[in-house]
Amino acid sequence: MFGNLSDRLVETFKNLRTKGKLSAADIDATLREIRRALLEADVALDVVKNFINAVRDRALGDEVNKALNPAQQVVQIVNDELVAILGGQQRKLTFAKTGPTVIMLAGLQGSGKTTLAGKLAKWLKDQGQTPVLVAADLQRPNAVNQLQVVGERAGVEVFAPEPGNGKGDPVKVSKEAIKFAQKKQFSVVIVDTAGRLGIDEELMSQARDIRKAVDPDEVLFVIDSMIGQDAVNVAKAFEDGVGITGVVLTKLDGDARGGAALSVSSVTGKPIIFASTGEGLDAFEPFYPDRMARRILDMGDILTLIEQAQKQFDEVEAAKMAEKIAKNEFTLEDFLEQMQQLKKMGSMKDLLAKLPGAGQMKNQLENFDEKEVDRTEAIIRSMTPGERHQPKVLNGSRRLRIAKGSGTTVTEVNSLVNRFEQAAKMMKTVAKGGMPQLGGQMPGMPNIGGGYVAGSKSKKNDKKKKGSKSGNPAKRAAENLGVTPTQGGSGSAFGL
Amino acid sequence: MGFLFWKKKDKETPATAVEVVAELNSEPEPGIVVETSVSLADIESEPEPQPIVEPEKVEVSLPKRTFAKGIKSLFTRVKFDPENLDELEDVLIQADFGVDASEQIVVEVKARAKKSGASTEAELKAVLTDLITENLTRDDQELNLSSGQLPYVVLVVGVNGVGKTTTIGKLAKYLSEAGSKVVIAAADTFRAAAVEQIATWAERSGATLVRPKSEGQDPASVAFEGTEVAIAQNADVLIIDTAGRLQNKVDLMNELDKIRRVVEKNCVIAEVLLVIDATTGQNGMVQAKAFAEVAKVTGVALTKLDGTAKGGIVYAIQRELGIPVKLVGVGEGIADFAFFEASEFARGLVS
Repeated sequence: MFGNLSDRLVETFKNLRTKGKLSAADIDATLREIRRALLEADVALDVVKNFINAVRDRALGDEVNKALNPAQQVVQIVNDELVAILGGQQRKLTFAKTGPTVIMLAGLQGSGKTTLAGKLAKWLKDQGQTPVLVAADLQRPNAVNQLQVVGERAGVEVFAPEPGNGKGDPVKVSKEAIKFAQKKQFSVVIVDTAGRLGIDEELMSQARDIRKAVDPDEVLFVIDSMIGQDAVNVAKAFEDGVGITGVVLTKLDGDARGGAALSVSSVTGKPIIFASTGEGLDAFEPFYPDRMARRILDMGDILTLIEQAQKQFDEVEAAKMAEKIAKNEFTLEDFLEQMQQLKKMGSMKDLLAKLPGAGQMKNQLENFDEKEVDRTEAIIRSMTPGERHQPKVLNGSRRLRIAKGSGTTVTEVNSLVNRFEQAAKMMKTVAKGGMPQLGGQMPGMPNIGGGYVAGSKSKKNDKKKKGSKSGNPAKRAAENLGVTPTQGGSGSAFGL
Repeated sequence: MGFLFWKKKDKETPATAVEVVAELNSEPEPGIVVETSVSLADIESEPEPQPIVEPEKVEVSLPKRTFAKGIKSLFTRVKFDPENLDELEDVLIQADFGVDASEQIVVEVKARAKKSGASTEAELKAVLTDLITENLTRDDQELNLSSGQLPYVVLVVGVNGVGKTTTIGKLAKYLSEAGSKVVIAAADTFRAAAVEQIATWAERSGATLVRPKSEGQDPASVAFEGTEVAIAQNADVLIIDTAGRLQNKVDLMNELDKIRRVVEKNCVIAEVLLVIDATTGQNGMVQAKAFAEVAKVTGVALTKLDGTAKGGIVYAIQRELGIPVKLVGVGEGIADFAFFEASEFARGLVS
């Protein structure tokens, strides 16, 4: 339907490649796309508006970061803000000092409370606690039954004195459950309540009564990650109606972007404590704000990439490099240095996979040879300092020597020299801006973006290169095969 | 408007539910479902889904159900401002119509208002109501229960927790009251106690239930048994409940495909209802696409419209994917559902 945010940002910034500074117009163009992305991720409109305003203020005031282009800068600010809201108050479950810890679950129908109760019980049990599940959903047909089955699977006791299906008083059951837990020395009581609508006053007051009866240490609001704009209303209703202490996001194993997380966090100010991620009882984990921010933005791991780029890319080095490029003094020596910097960022394959749109070139990525980087390094190291500074002097025999010295073939040496020339040209164009563009080619690295296809590409480049290594076709062919030319035919135009 | 469908004129005295289930229970385990089907078909020598008796068109007049009380107006929080139609876009976005659809609607409202000269709040609201009504009106909005090929098989699918089982209970009750014989196949063999939950609904609605013989049994085999029971009992409608599944789980989606294939050995599938929770945001579109592809969805049942959610996502689903909304759920009671009507929906939203 739509491309993801990174694709669209690339589109927006096509014309801004060489700009290093953020103008207000750049920021607005980026923010428009981000607004849309957030809305498509189901972040509530009011939350989006406030959020975008906050980002705009920061973006306008922020210092220009050399390592990032305008789009990346805005994205990074957005990400920082997102993580701040989602994880600003990240915290762990609160346990009672004495007596059983009481956890009450509340939420809409079908948000996944009962399943979550089982997961939570299992998780607590695995941590050495002795939880008991309380069947206080006496509304939905066979909810009690379901909790019993879940409890059995989790190996946890279930307190279910009432059969449910509309019979029994959940407040009374909850009250008895606490006594039961105290008597039997359970350390945690998990109260599973019926699903209810925020506007159902009767059921909300019942939830308040349950809360009063059990005096919980935690009231966890369980919410489906697929929920849309209504998330704010629902969260507010539960916050006002019952009072919540934390949030659990369920069904995160789906492909919903989960903007509700942001809505709920900003509206209630309550931390998201857990994420529920599957059908199995173990599919349950603490909530990671950074992962969620990435998911909402649908930016792949571009943000990680930005972080890494910032961490590893030495600002001073970058400045020196930019100067060299601008003066057309970029040499193979620098190329080698730059490559080593990139190598610090980790495996090339991982790096490439983090780029937006990497999904489409999965096959090429699979074929990417990590050794290629090493070979390139070897080739450069086999050159004399003079050759590294003046690649132009590389004639046929020098290339042959280099190929032998680095254990490669002349073809590989040729293709490297070609790539270097292309990269140098490209870097000149981005010199004013600083660093690589979103989704574009990473200068200095072999065939990134287009995928590495050994042979075919470099051959084509060979032809384009002005002048061959040798005027002699036979010798040239020999070079290409990587064998020493025979002396016999030298001088004869017919190769006799 | 009454409720119209073709059903059998005179039912042969069918075997009772208990007998049929017992008979089926004595069949071999589900691993060899296909053989079972052949043998049963041979015995009954009536493998064709076509009815023996000519169906008669029966009009059942039940009170018309409205769902208007379930819809909350778009303009409860934000006032409708005839001066600033751009704000309408925000209002629609907040009702989960999605950015694209909201933009389109505003553009169209503006164009129409310009043409007709509508400028007051009432006039503009009328323009909006008409627009939504027109864009959501289709001629295939009724349940497809009049082809005459009995039993009508209704397959109910959707993600977890949207209200599939409840919807089935309500539908079964409605159809039973309309005088048709309903069989429910409990093919959600995955979720804990799902079978018990649907059993309660079956009991409340007076439908026959076909249960799995064991927990975790292949849901396709339960669906298949459902077709056999429905045929043997001369039932009018067979409703198949399936487990909730997230649309990005390939294995589970393939399972749906298998259920379809197996059911089609014995019956024609009349309806595949995708149940969508009204609170669902833009992921609803992704859900509809995925389920439409695998399960060949013929209609949407929009549930939980009694909350604060407006269910705007169905607009995009119906407009972009061409899947009509057919049913609406507005509460937990067995009578809390209605057939979707575009004008009622539009009026409720704009009021």
